[in-house]
Amino acid sequence: MKLTGAEILCETLTRLGVREIFGYPGGAILPVYDALGKSKLHHILVRHEQGATHMADGYARASGGVGVAMATSGPGATNMVTGIATAMLDSSPVVCITGQVSSKVLGSDAFQEVDITGITMPITKHNVVITKAEDVARTVREAFVIAKSGRPGPVLVDITKDAQQASAEFDWETSAPKLPSKRVRNNHDQAEFDRAVELLNTAKRPLILAGHGIMVSGAMRAFEQFVRTGSYPVAMTLLGIGCFPAKDPLNLGMMGMHGEAWVNNAIQEADLLIAIGMRFDDRVTGDLRTYAKNARKIHIEIDRAEINKNVKVDAALIGDAGEILEKLTPHIVTRDHSVWIRHISELKGDSAVRDIQSLPDSGHLYAAHVINDLWKETHGEAIVVTDVGQHQMWEAQYYHHNCPRTLITSGGLGTMGFALPAAIGAKFAKPESEVWVVVGDGGFQMTMSELATIVQEKINIKIAIINNGYLGMVRQWQEFFYDKRYVATPLVAPDFAVLANAFGIRSERITKRAEVVPAIRSAREATESVLIDFRVEQEDSVYPMVPAGASLHDMIRRPNNPLVETATEP
Amino acid sequence: MQTLVAYVENKPGVLNRVSSLARRLAINIDSLTVGPTENEEIARMTIVAHTDERGAHRLEASLEKLVDVLLAENISSRALLERDLALIKVSADQQNRPHLMELTKVFRARVVDVAPESLIIEVSGTADKIDGLLEVLRPFGVLEMARSGRISMTRGNDLLRPPSALPEDSKAEPAGSTVP
Repeated sequence: MKLTGAEILCETLTRLGVREIFGYPGGAILPVYDALGKSKLHHILVRHEQGATHMADGYARASGGVGVAMATSGPGATNMVTGIATAMLDSSPVVCITGQVSSKVLGSDAFQEVDITGITMPITKHNVVITKAEDVARTVREAFVIAKSGRPGPVLVDITKDAQQASAEFDWETSAPKLPSKRVRNNHDQAEFDRAVELLNTAKRPLILAGHGIMVSGAMRAFEQFVRTGSYPVAMTLLGIGCFPAKDPLNLGMMGMHGEAWVNNAIQEADLLIAIGMRFDDRVTGDLRTYAKNARKIHIEIDRAEINKNVKVDAALIGDAGEILEKLTPHIVTRDHSVWIRHISELKGDSAVRDIQSLPDSGHLYAAHVINDLWKETHGEAIVVTDVGQHQMWEAQYYHHNCPRTLITSGGLGTMGFALPAAIGAKFAKPESEVWVVVGDGGFQMTMSELATIVQEKINIKIAIINNGYLGMVRQWQEFFYDKRYVATPLVAPDFAVLANAFGIRSERITKRAEVVPAIRSAREATESVLIDFRVEQEDSVYPMVPAGASLHDMIRRPNNPLVETATEP
Repeated sequence: MQTLVAYVENKPGVLNRVSSLARRLAINIDSLTVGPTENEEIARMTIVAHTDERGAHRLEASLEKLVDVLLAENISSRALLERDLALIKVSADQQNRPHLMELTKVFRARVVDVAPESLIIEVSGTADKIDGLLEVLRPFGVLEMARSGRISMTRGNDLLRPPSALPEDSKAEPAGSTVP
């Protein structure tokens, strides 16, 4: 069957199971858009190409499949860069398709020409230029395999306009991926495996560090079995949240810079860390010289380049987390860690008193109240998509996720503006799920134009703006480390409620604690999108906090509140 | 200094990906040579990098993540044959030419071009040997020099082959190349 390159692209995407494409048209990709119109693929018109990549990313994270973003050459392609880097740092399988000027004028600085494969080389798992129609099917199929396999990541496919227009024979059988055969590294080296088993069975104070890799591997069941068999307490990375139910007593909560104090202290006291699908990021370890000094370390990780990168480990098991855990579990003999677990609950001690939730209702609205009420009202079952900053950390602390793939957030790159578009992508991946955006007033203003996309696509998502009038996390650093010199962090914002109405979106403005639950309930009942502008305490900070570069146990704690002390002392 | 060998797909852009990766890891490359193998679809690289064992492990593992890299291996601690080739143009006149010829012989180098006021010496061997010759030539006036960069090969039965070239039954992992 003879088809144009553009038609082959659409046919290939359809056969790969793609239903939605997030994109923005332009000159160099027009042949593809013409073919899209004749296909069954649903194209979502975004308002900025960065939004397209975040949507494809959110789609991939919510579904576990591959998200597809599309843009034209030049500025269309460069606008994707932030979204591609976001997907790269969080190992999210995204395929980006960009139009390119005709192969005849490549390299001549033609109108809207940019070397996008050169630009994105360090931030993609792989990228490729297609200059011939006959290469389209195979290359796109290979892009999907690369994006999804091993440690996932973004792949960019740049297609010249003449390759889109030219005709070629399309045959599914002969266009099967032909990726170079790689040596299979010995994933389960027996000596390493035996050492890991020995460490597991001799540890007195073991602790699991659970990361995103568990979700990527789809290893939730194998992981639960492993945890239960050894009764290991579990600490989560930000992206690991959801891989093990928060309601489980063995789940301690999040570790790291804004992790729970008892979790960080437990890491420092543990004699064995079992790191699974995580990469000892600096936000998780603090000062490496003082990190988990008492602990031997087992690292279960699919990416060999992560082994001994930041933290030297005693046993490294390279490969798929699920497969390795299934092999390990039957070897666990030591199963009683009740003394250690009891000790960790004692570490929890004063945290409850310091907790902002213990503050009596003084009329102030704290972000933590909003998040906690949202958690209760949605029974911890909504998909929550967060941006970057204070609200992101409060969400991780106060929204207790029980299901995998229900917290979607930009971890590694920390991309402000991620939440709103990523939530749109998540909604397309899970149309039946309740999707909430939790976003700061700063990040929201970076990509709020995508409100129009919501309206055009008639989708139903709920937006909670945690509005404190500051770039809150940066303000917090200025408060702690720059003597309260708030340079460039006070932030003027439009009236978000009025703005939402201008887009045709229902809205509400909340300033008191008592109004939070009714507002959330009414938003949940609505069959359309709703935006709620929560005006929260302006100079609140996220506690505890490990200052950048400090030791994990050197946390700045929430000052004890005098109100709480007088309330508890008769 | 660490020596790595990589088999890569012989196609445009691969060298860029490899060198860009070293740049991203902030690893300075001392020399990088690349040329086709007996299979023209596959090229072989020898990378000599200014880094320690840990850096070399990161480079090796990161290289192998590149789709176009078929195999990457740090061979620094193995029995190696290392060769560098240099062409050195030295200023030479009637008077000192015999002396230069003599030195060339001592270093088992060859004079490959003679002109009235200069000659070109070709020398191959380890980097140390070439540096040694360079040192004694310097007083005569080194006018120009070109060096190939290092190529390396493991000795004896220690074979480094790209995966597609391996016969089916030998695809099992060679010893010593698992987790560091």
